[in-house]
Amino acid sequence: MANKISHLLVALSLVLGLAFMAPSAQAQVNPTEQSVNEGALLEALGSGGNVAGRITIPDQNAGYLIKPDNKLWAALQGETLHQISIWAVIGMVALLTLFYVIRGKIRVDGGLSGRKILRFNTVERFAHWTLASTFIILALSGLNLIIGKTVILPLLGEGAFGTLSAWGKIAHNYLAWPFMVALVMVLLLWVVHNIPNRLDLEWIKQGGGLVKKGVHPPAKKFNAGQKIIFWAVIAGGAALSYTGVMLLFPAVAGTPADWQFFQTIHALTAAVLSAIIIAHIYIGSVGMEGAFDAMGTGEVDENWAKEHHSLWVEEVKGAKASEGRTQPAE
Amino acid sequence: MARMKFLCDADRCIECNACVTACKNEHEVPWGINRRRVVTINDGLPGERSVSMACMHCTDAPCAAVCPVSCFYTTDDGVVLHNKDTCIGCGYCAYACPFGAPQYPQTANFGTRGKMDKCTYCSGGPEPDMSQAEYVKYGSNRLAEGKLPLCAEMCSTKSLLAGDGDIIAEIYRERVITRGYGSGAWGWRTAYGETVTV
Repeated sequence: MANKISHLLVALSLVLGLAFMAPSAQAQVNPTEQSVNEGALLEALGSGGNVAGRITIPDQNAGYLIKPDNKLWAALQGETLHQISIWAVIGMVALLTLFYVIRGKIRVDGGLSGRKILRFNTVERFAHWTLASTFIILALSGLNLIIGKTVILPLLGEGAFGTLSAWGKIAHNYLAWPFMVALVMVLLLWVVHNIPNRLDLEWIKQGGGLVKKGVHPPAKKFNAGQKIIFWAVIAGGAALSYTGVMLLFPAVAGTPADWQFFQTIHALTAAVLSAIIIAHIYIGSVGMEGAFDAMGTGEVDENWAKEHHSLWVEEVKGAKASEGRTQPAE
Repeated sequence: MARMKFLCDADRCIECNACVTACKNEHEVPWGINRRRVVTINDGLPGERSVSMACMHCTDAPCAAVCPVSCFYTTDDGVVLHNKDTCIGCGYCAYACPFGAPQYPQTANFGTRGKMDKCTYCSGGPEPDMSQAEYVKYGSNRLAEGKLPLCAEMCSTKSLLAGDGDIIAEIYRERVITRGYGSGAWGWRTAYGETVTV
C-alpha cells in the first residue's frame, strides 16, 4: 500500500512539474509555427529544384507540387525554338534563291549524250522515296506545330485548323515508322559508298564545281557534298527517331524534364535537317540539269555522269568491259 | 472585373482530400484523373504541411505560350480555359505547366495522349454556359451560376480560398497577422510573379 502511494506521489509530482514547466516552454516556441515555408523551400532548392511531397492518389508524379523551371522551357519552346525553326527554313530558301539568281541552273557542259547509265536501282529508289515522302509529311506536320498558329490559323479559323493539326499529329505518329525503316534501308544500301576519303578533300577545295562553270572535281558514286547530306540524314534521322519515340511514349521517357529535353533536341534537329533537305531538293530538281533522273527513272545521262561522277562512270564501264571479256561468245 | 485566383492556406489544410473528392464528383472527372490534388510536404516530420493544388490560372500562362494550336484563352475573370475541339493532345502544356495541371483522360494512337483535361475554375469551356455539351466536355459551370469553385466553397477549414486575387490575399494576410505565422501563398510566385507580403 505504502509502495502504491509513493508511486502515486511520484506521478503527481511529475504532472505538477510539467504543468509548471509547460507555460514557460510555450512562450518560447509554438510548434505549429515551425512549418515548412514556401519561400524558404524554393530558395533552399535553388534552380532546377522542385517542391515535392507525398500524395495519396495513384499517380505518383502528381506528388510534384511546384516545378518553377518548367516555365524556362515554355519560353524556350514558345519563342527561341520558334525563331530558330522559322529562320532555318526562310534562311535556306533565301540562300538558294540568291544562288539560283547568281549561278543559274547548273547545265551539263558537254550537252546531253542521249546514252543512259543506271545509277540507282529499284530498291535504292524505293528506299529513297519512302524516306523522302515520309520526311516531307513529317516535316510539314512538324512545322505546322511551330508556325501553324501564326500562318494557317488566321486563314482557316480555329475549328478547321484544329482538325488539320489533329490529322497532322496522327500522320506524324504513324509515318514516323516507315521513315525509320527507310532510314535503316538507306544506311545499309549506301554506307559503303559514303566513307569519307581523300577525294572528298579535293572536291571540297574546288567548291564541288558548284561555284564556277566548267569545274568538275572527280568523284565516285557519291561526292563529298552528297556524303555530307547522307551523314546529316543518318545522324539527324537517328536523333529525330530516338527523341520522337521517346515523345511518343512519354511514360518510357520519364519525367517532364526529360520530355522537355527530348522535345528541344527534336525541334532543333528537325530545323537543321529541314534546311539541309531543302538544299538537297533544290540541287536535285531545279538546281541542276539531269540530276533528277538519278532518282526519277534511275538512269542518268552519260555526259552528266562523266562530269559529276567521273570515277564512278569508269568503275561501271570497267565492270561492263570485264563482263564482256568473260563472255565473248554472247 | 475580378481576377480569379486560388490560395491554399497550408497552415489550415488538414489533408482531408474533400476538395479532391468534391471536384471529381462535381465534374464527373474520369477514373484515374485528378483535377485537384493534395500534396503533403515534409510528411511525418515536425512542421509538415499539406497543400491543395490544381491549375493556378497563371498570369501569362506557360501552357498557352507553348500550345501549337492556340486552344487556350483567358476569360475576363482571369481564368485560363481551353477548347477541347481544337486541342490535339500534343502534351506540350503538360511539359510547360509548373503545377502538373494538364492531364489526358482519353488515349489516342499508340496509347498516347488524347484531348487535355484540367481544372476549369468551375467555369466550363467555350460552349454556351451551362449547356449539356459544355458539361460533357468540361464539367459544370458554377461561375455562370454566380458561385465560386466547389473545392474552395466546401473546404471545411476554409484553407482553400477562391475568388478575386486581391480579396483572398487580404484574407490570408489578416490571418497571418492574427496568428503570427504563415507558410506562404503556395505557388503564387510561380503563377502570378508575386506573393502575398505580410
